[in-house]
Amino acid sequence: MSKVHVKLTVNGKAHEALVEPRTLLVHFLREDLNLTGAHVGCETGHCGACTVDIDGMSVKSCTMFAVQADGADILTIEGVAAPDGTLHALQESFREMHGLQCGYCTPGMIVRAHRLLQENPRPTEAEIRAGIAGNLCRCTGYQNIVKAIQHAAATLAGEPFQEAAE
Amino acid sequence: MIPANFAYHRPSTIEEAVGLLASLGEEARALAGGFSLIPMMKLRLAAPEALVDLSRIAALKGVREEGPEIVVGAMTTQHQLMSDPIIAAKVPLIPETSAVIADPQIRYRGTLGGNVANGDPGNDMPAVMMTLDATYVLAGPNGTRSVKARGFYEGAYFTAAEPGEILTEIRIPTPAPGAGYAYEKLKRKVGDYATAAAAVQLTMKASTVETIAIGLTNVSETPLLAQDAMTILAGSRLEPEVVDRAVAAAEAITNPASDGRGPAEYRTAMAGIMLRRALARAASRAQG
Repeated sequence: MSKVHVKLTVNGKAHEALVEPRTLLVHFLREDLNLTGAHVGCETGHCGACTVDIDGMSVKSCTMFAVQADGADILTIEGVAAPDGTLHALQESFREMHGLQCGYCTPGMIVRAHRLLQENPRPTEAEIRAGIAGNLCRCTGYQNIVKAIQHAAATLAGEPFQEAAE
Repeated sequence: MIPANFAYHRPSTIEEAVGLLASLGEEARALAGGFSLIPMMKLRLAAPEALVDLSRIAALKGVREEGPEIVVGAMTTQHQLMSDPIIAAKVPLIPETSAVIADPQIRYRGTLGGNVANGDPGNDMPAVMMTLDATYVLAGPNGTRSVKARGFYEGAYFTAAEPGEILTEIRIPTPAPGAGYAYEKLKRKVGDYATAAAAVQLTMKASTVETIAIGLTNVSETPLLAQDAMTILAGSRLEPEVVDRAVAAAEAITNPASDGRGPAEYRTAMAGIMLRRALARAASRAQG
């Protein structure tokens, strides 16, 4: 099968490559571009560990071919922090609020939460839970992930973080 | 899980897509959002020799009003349906259904056309389109034709679409203003197919049901239109004994599989419960 020429932008950097049509986007990112932040979890489109942001949409990169992303503007977890390494408010909040244990789901969680907060800057707890329903975490029970996203939303809005009453 | 190799085509017009499918033959498949086809390819349960990616065909996208119909392009995504002002104002049954399909990531790319054209009895939109009495427009090598959603589903993964035809748009008769609607879906977890689900669209006048349509999801080889239940309820005031008879009539046409979602008897009973809830909610929303 002939390879297909693709051009795309990842974390602000332009890339061109020849790919086999069957190459999944997550494999292209990890193996061709060495961006190993998007994780291969379930490989069946359920767990969300492979979530990346494509043209303003959260996408499970294990269920998309790289050729489908031709021309796209992609953000992966590697592009969330500032170029000088300063962590994004979401990254700081996940650390501050203990929003991770093993960390396997964390890149997908943060990239997904990043898009959620763009669409809804001050989500309720219920909206956060619905918004990250496509991302599975097997460690935390989600409590601190939700708290971290609330904390980040407050930080980004320049407001004090108020923990919801138990 | 790496799929078998295939040739990739990305047409920009419907004519080009139809021409490609005709020249590539039966081993080629149209690719919409990919959330049915790509997992099947990864499992090697499907190994098409060529994919025709419909995602860059502008004519397949968007929502418009055309006379007495709402026309939805087949490649319009669930996410777009959840935020489209025409759909929200005129056919709110659709975004209510989109919201319980899969998860946010999949709704960004999963399409209405992919959901209805695949013939998967687990998909939610087919029963909703039957409830709304939608018409599917198919483009093929011999031109375009229209097929009613109510006549489209022939068996699990078997539909009235011929090889080489692609679904281009879904035409929905605009519901009467003030119509009541509800989609009730029981599922084990986010992203799961329905254990059972029911769609109701109705109009009421002076507490009496004027018109009603009922669809059932994932309780048979195909989505179901609960015709007998509709006949029983039309003209009623939704009296409890009438609802009981209608629910019994709807349960009677189900034929679910016993699987991880529960034994067949349970799934039939849950179809009845979903119908009761959908009826109550639709009636409470109806004006008039």
